[in-house]
Amino acid sequence: MGVLRMQQKMAGQGERPAGMPHTLAEVFPANPSDASATGFMLSRLPRTNAPILWVQDRLSRKEAGRPALAGIGLRHPIIMVDLSRAADVLWAMEDGLRCRALAAVVGEVWGDPPALDFTATKRLAMRSEAADVSCWLIRRAASPDLSAARDRWRIASLPSETHPHDAQSPGDPRWALDLFRSRRSKPGQWVATHERAADRLHLAAATGDRTLDESDGAARERAAG
Amino acid sequence: MERQGNAPPDDIPVVLAREGHHGPVIHAANRKARMDGVHPGARVVDMRAICPELQVEYADPAGDRAALDRLVLWARRFCPWTARDGEDGIILDTTGSDHLFGGEAAMLVEMETQLSLLGLTARLAVAPTWGAAWALARFGPVRSICKADEAYFKLGPLPVAGLRLNSDTVLLLRRLGLKTIGAVMDVPRLSLTRRFVKAGLDANPLMRLDQALGKLAEPVSSRDAPPVIRATARLAEPIFDPTPHLPDLCEDLCDQLKAAGLGCRALHLVVYRTDGDVAEVTVRTSAPTRDPAHLHSLFRDKVDRINPGFGFDLITLAAGGVEEIAARQTRLDGDSDDDLHLTRLIDRLSAKFGARSVTRPMLHQSHVPERAEAALAALAEAPEGQAVVVKERPLRLLDHPEEVRVLYAVPEGPPAQFVWRRQTHRVARYAGPERIAPEWWKDRPGTRLRDYFKVEDASGRRLWLYREGILGDGRGQEPRWFVHGFFG
Repeated sequence: MGVLRMQQKMAGQGERPAGMPHTLAEVFPANPSDASATGFMLSRLPRTNAPILWVQDRLSRKEAGRPALAGIGLRHPIIMVDLSRAADVLWAMEDGLRCRALAAVVGEVWGDPPALDFTATKRLAMRSEAADVSCWLIRRAASPDLSAARDRWRIASLPSETHPHDAQSPGDPRWALDLFRSRRSKPGQWVATHERAADRLHLAAATGDRTLDESDGAARERAAG
Repeated sequence: MERQGNAPPDDIPVVLAREGHHGPVIHAANRKARMDGVHPGARVVDMRAICPELQVEYADPAGDRAALDRLVLWARRFCPWTARDGEDGIILDTTGSDHLFGGEAAMLVEMETQLSLLGLTARLAVAPTWGAAWALARFGPVRSICKADEAYFKLGPLPVAGLRLNSDTVLLLRRLGLKTIGAVMDVPRLSLTRRFVKAGLDANPLMRLDQALGKLAEPVSSRDAPPVIRATARLAEPIFDPTPHLPDLCEDLCDQLKAAGLGCRALHLVVYRTDGDVAEVTVRTSAPTRDPAHLHSLFRDKVDRINPGFGFDLITLAAGGVEEIAARQTRLDGDSDDDLHLTRLIDRLSAKFGARSVTRPMLHQSHVPERAEAALAALAEAPEGQAVVVKERPLRLLDHPEEVRVLYAVPEGPPAQFVWRRQTHRVARYAGPERIAPEWWKDRPGTRLRDYFKVEDASGRRLWLYREGILGDGRGQEPRWFVHGFFG
């Protein structure tokens, strides 16, 4: 199980290799009230002091809470926009992507609103690439249907690392990452460990779980045959 | 000058107080209070002893000064040359304008009438010099008029305080036995010069006397009203939609602002309807600007709210909140800097969704999680000494903590199993407790303390759980458990 560094393997949000512009990425948390998507997104932001525009709709705020500054840290000033409708969230994100002073534009949309269709995601993606500002769309309780997002992630929490000093308490968080569609790099699955102290993401190929691997392979054979 | 807007009745002694070195002191007193022996500058506690039924309000010197500045411009109806005189006076240069009111006496009556319509009482005087007018208005008879050659006689009986001297000098003169201006005039000039040769204008009775008698020039420099920056479109026929005219109006307005080196924080679009009605739309910006395209974009959804009635034939666009902005070029290609774009983004978002939905969270010095964050206006400066996070805190917080049902309670530590949002969670690992006591200076009495646990369930979700209170703390029933946040 080799530990791979992010910038070699994954498409470039955050620290980006040359020629990889910032773009739109969609994240689908496996569980709506799970902060793994937020943690993953924050670990991928560019390492600058530029502000983040964070747009939330009402249900996301109610069900999954608001981002807490004490946990996120003070590197990026956050401009919060609290809205009620998904259409407004998309409008605000699109407007935010006209501003190059931002580090990222983060939108949280609950469910599958009709406003969030292929056209809307395509507009976000093109604006994001034009302004070179990374754009993250966190979609909770949503089905991954047609979308123009360049990278689409599915994220779930995994039991955390063992704590170095206390076996009883949870250590650094681990997430199951699934890049199920990407326009710029090869899709794949990883187990990511977020080293909180250094704000670094360590990736391991997600083949460690043997039973899951076997059943997955069998299903694929059946489908092919 | 006293304000009488919604003044208390005259038979109650009312004073205004301001902070002094040893507690509040009297700033101003009404007539009844003055008759009871209350005098400005004394301590409020002392005056309470003299006059037990004294009512004390706090003074607003900055507001008074702003009001007086507005009154200076208002007084331009009597003459074109007006200025503020200290904290409590206005000086008008009425040379050549008194005949418009039928003479100086009639002009003073007219002024007093107009001021009383505003709810103000005033003491007025006409004199050939600023100093003489100052003394006569404060210490002379009512509406006294002093001709050019009468200043010497009219000022003579007035007290030396009428010479606009500071309190130390007034005290000194009184100790020297010079109680009236006339007594100062009678002292030989040479001895006064010798005594006060090094004193400044405020402490020099001789120079003040010369100013009052017109031997020393003291010109009145009038303040100009800020010019109103406004663009107007007069239309040949009534129209119903101002949208096609907006770009030109914005362009015109921004040209005027640019020529004056100014930027505006608000725009007032006013349409004058043919039926005589007036409709207004206002947009605001978070930073002063003079960019026509940006200002135009702020009106995008607002113009629909105008009720055109039978149409309108006059549109004005006026700049409000005008401030000076320096033209800056930060890049060689002439483009503006990025910060400016951020203010525009916030303007657009605030214009569309309201200023309350665009905020900037800031850390606040409190251990209670819901108070550890405060939402400021989006472009607010970070306050000095922002709180530092010491403990690990969750990435997301619920606005309202959600209660969980405990299935297996353990005496120490979090519950072994609990139901939250209709799902059963089995606690695999936990860290804690972290005890956060209520803030007694803010919370209601009886608020219970909280023990926070970072809990990881079998599937790997990390929650921030807390128990409200402990068993037997005498503040309610069994302790309850809540979910408050989520870790990454």
